[in-house]
Amino acid sequence: MKEIFVRLDRCVGCRSCELACAVEHSRSKNLFEAISETPRPRRRLYVEYVLGRKMPFLCRHCEDAPCVRACRTGALTQDPLTRIVTHNPDKCIGCWMCTMVCPYGVIGREWERRIALKCDRCPGREIPACVEACPTKALVFMEQEEFARLARLEAAEEVAKSYRIAG
Amino acid sequence: MKALEEYSWCPAVQEMLRQAEKLDIETAWCRYEAQLPQCGFGELGTCCRNCMQGPCRIDPFGEGPQKGVCGATADTIVARNLARAIAGGAAAHSGHAKHLAHVLLLWAEGKAPDYQVKDEAKLKAIASRLGIPIEGKDIPEIAKEVAEKALEDFSEKETPVAWLVTNVTKGRVEKAIQYGVVPTGIDSAISEVMHQTSYGVDADPLNILLGGVKCALADFAGCHMATDLADVLFGTPKPLVTVANMGALKPEAVNIALHGHNPVLSDIIVQVAKEMEDEAKAAGASGINLVGICCTGNEVLMRHGIPPVTHSVSQEMVILTGALDAMVVDYQCIMPSLASVAECFHTKLITTISIAKIPGATHIEFREEAARETARQIIRAGIEAFKRRDPAKVRIPNYTHKAFAGFSTEAIIWALSQVNKEDPLKPLIDNIVAGNILGVCLFAGCNNVKVPQDSGFLTIAKELARNNVLLLATGCGAGAFARHGLLTPEATEEYAGDGLKAVLTAVGKAAGLEGPLPLVLHMGSCVDNSRPADVAVAVANKLGVDVDKLPVVASAPEATTEKAIAIGTWAVTAGLPTHVGVVPPVLGSPLIAKVLTQDVKDLFGGYFIVETDPKKAAEKLLDAIRERRKGLGI
Repeated sequence: MKEIFVRLDRCVGCRSCELACAVEHSRSKNLFEAISETPRPRRRLYVEYVLGRKMPFLCRHCEDAPCVRACRTGALTQDPLTRIVTHNPDKCIGCWMCTMVCPYGVIGREWERRIALKCDRCPGREIPACVEACPTKALVFMEQEEFARLARLEAAEEVAKSYRIAG
Repeated sequence: MKALEEYSWCPAVQEMLRQAEKLDIETAWCRYEAQLPQCGFGELGTCCRNCMQGPCRIDPFGEGPQKGVCGATADTIVARNLARAIAGGAAAHSGHAKHLAHVLLLWAEGKAPDYQVKDEAKLKAIASRLGIPIEGKDIPEIAKEVAEKALEDFSEKETPVAWLVTNVTKGRVEKAIQYGVVPTGIDSAISEVMHQTSYGVDADPLNILLGGVKCALADFAGCHMATDLADVLFGTPKPLVTVANMGALKPEAVNIALHGHNPVLSDIIVQVAKEMEDEAKAAGASGINLVGICCTGNEVLMRHGIPPVTHSVSQEMVILTGALDAMVVDYQCIMPSLASVAECFHTKLITTISIAKIPGATHIEFREEAARETARQIIRAGIEAFKRRDPAKVRIPNYTHKAFAGFSTEAIIWALSQVNKEDPLKPLIDNIVAGNILGVCLFAGCNNVKVPQDSGFLTIAKELARNNVLLLATGCGAGAFARHGLLTPEATEEYAGDGLKAVLTAVGKAAGLEGPLPLVLHMGSCVDNSRPADVAVAVANKLGVDVDKLPVVASAPEATTEKAIAIGTWAVTAGLPTHVGVVPPVLGSPLIAKVLTQDVKDLFGGYFIVETDPKKAAEKLLDAIRERRKGLGI
């Protein structure tokens, strides 16, 4: 299964992912109309700025998701196959147990209905909206093995360069 | 690749797009797709880069920051960005005008002997309009005074910009005084907007917009001056017929395209090319074939019938024909990418102006003092390139349409005077009152990669023509109509409603044509939007009402440039309902969006209509015309 991975060194902090996420979760799916919709379309991922670095944070859809275990009403469920954690707004009572246990703080709040709000991995889209919107390809959508290999090759290239200099 | 008509409705461009794909050559459409999705903050106009504490962005969904570091709100930021765009447009148009003023002055002082005053009557008329006494003065003396008066109009002075106040109705001047938007210098208005919108100056969004309006009025003055001085130096256009589209390239000839905006060099090239036919023949060509692109193309089309081959977003396509030997550019709307497309062929891209150079192009600096010599040097470079042309790469799309052009204000008044000698405007006004002509629409502006090329122009024009709206066009809009055969009497027969057809036929026949006038009257380049403005002012003055009461609208269905924003703003200030078919970057401020589309009507009578669907846009323009008619009781 593909996951959304972040290449942290590539984020320039443009927040295009946040806008695209909110637009994707609007009724019109069009920026110019979405900005005047009620309830206001909300982003489900967050570009934070810590220690001089820009860090896009979004739901990891953890293998053993603490939010699903903490949810008392069954609003949060995890697909046994894809491991995507889905939120059912009709079952949510806004108790915020999920928020308390999420290690990354990526569960938001829809103010109008007082319920939780989180990444749904854009059902119906081949590529999630945030990934598609990222101009520097800091966000990528790929298999874990593929991403690990990408990181491995980048690291290997650095090692190879120093090896050549040393040799 | 999408269906070709989603890129362009022009068959020649479609053929070249297939060629680009085959040869793996990148075009503006490829680069647009690579840019998608574009930045939402930029699209909404809520990104501020005016100081180094930024860039600041306002979250349109209300969760993130609602103010920039300095405290500027979305309203302030959107207004600042819009005003700066207007200033950019005004700088370009008036820079073009200033260039012509310098040439006229050089000529008057005997320093630019390759020029001449082609239209002495117009020079005298301009002098009289500006209050310059002409009795007993010779042409160089008058030219010198007009040029000096023109240059004076750029700097700050105690009096209003002459080219503005002498060319609009009294009512418009009074409105401009009432709202404090009379510029006292063209450059000073541009500079004032830059000051007003720089860090920590004006935060009042409405006051910033008024600064933008003042600058847009300076833009009008620049446009009008550019038209006036080009007519003086190169002649006032008269109706003529030519062909349009890339089929006008000739496989046997040295093909040289003139691209950009100013006739100051291109008109000389047209004059000199005739004398260099032998050099071309010696190189094995059948002769020299000049063609036009964008508004330089329009300038030489209007005065010499040089065929326009393409416009705006499709400019790269002309090089893809493999038959273009040189592309000579001056300034504005010239894509830097031309250099990389030219690299794939033998085509010589020649830049000519010190402020408009492109990496990869050959620069031949244009000197007004030696204009003919520069022109010869440029044409010679084209002939040299012709020798390197690879016939195997030549693929000229075989599409042309007949096109009538050259409808300056003077030419239109002349045609009308053939119907009524004493009172030329009377036939036009009578037919508007009688309803044979429902109203008038001016099409202006560019093509835009976001809109299938020409689709906006063609869809709206056909719908309006069917409803008896008299159609005028300038710039790349006029180019779109040329390439699709709408600048012809045949188009009048095919698309005009009965009332409009009868009027165009009556005037056409009186003017000595076999049939009707063309469906759309080509009035020139984008600075020549001053020409339809002159017609509107003359009609308003004759009727004794202001322009904002007339059933006249404007449309830029595929607008691109800052210049289009400046023109759109002065059109609204002049009182016209003005349609824009591309969403301008202002929606991040609901306040500004409302002011531009509604509230400004209470100030100036005109307002913006933003509508991306051309069918709906046509309906809205028709509604605006009908509302105006109702206001006049006709």
